Amino acid sequence: MRYLTARKRAEGRGAAHHGAEHHWAMTVSSVGLAFLLPVWLYIFGSTLGAPREVVLDTFARPFPAIVTALILVVGMRHFAMGATTMLEDYSKGTTRKVLVIAAGALATVIAATGLFALARIAL
Amino acid sequence: MADAKRTPQTINRPLSPHLQIYRPQMTSISSILTRITGNGVIVAVALAVWWLLAAATSDNYFAVANAVVTSWFGDLVFTAALWAIWYHFLAGLRHLYYDQGHGLEIATAEKLGWACIIGSVVLTVITILLVQ
Repeated sequence: MRYLTARKRAEGRGAAHHGAEHHWAMTVSSVGLAFLLPVWLYIFGSTLGAPREVVLDTFARPFPAIVTALILVVGMRHFAMGATTMLEDYSKGTTRKVLVIAAGALATVIAATGLFALARIAL
Repeated sequence: MADAKRTPQTINRPLSPHLQIYRPQMTSISSILTRITGNGVIVAVALAVWWLLAAATSDNYFAVANAVVTSWFGDLVFTAALWAIWYHFLAGLRHLYYDQGHGLEIATAEKLGWACIIGSVVLTVITILLVQ
């Protein structure tokens, strides 16, 4: 008699070794980003190329600062998880582990740098 | 008994579609574009965050970053990234629609692919005009 159910035997055997939680996290962050992105593109696009005083004034205001912080946190996590999916498709073994860690590190460094800059401008 | 010699190694299995002879389809092209655009925009995000850090730091540092982002190179990166993120945005909405079980008929999926490509170009132009 087999004590493991069919589901238990199948779980974790896919290419990524885990299941739907990754897909659901991408779905949730994509909905958030769908609302944030058009607003942030307008804020960032209008400010890009402006003199430094205008840039500092813009990102010192609550709304542009908060939208930018949200884009960084939600967007960089969405990027790290999406890049992980790509790397899981095209690489394996130690290379995969190194690349997945590197993609996560890159996303985290970018988010942290952006948040630091925002804090320095807004506070 | 002739089959007895057909070990797994000798069976002539069909190969999966080969990239060189694979006829491009709207569904496959629009799918891979989603991945390329989503991963590619990290270049523009890194550039944008560097520019923001420079603005937070000093006049001199900002002058350098501002010169880069307003150069032809900056224009190229941000214009390409703008199209890429709008494409990824529309393709993402399409994914949410797919996930609800809609739009999966081939004819509909191909129309949605064209909608992503044409829509992303239109949104890119509108955005550039809006933020000028």
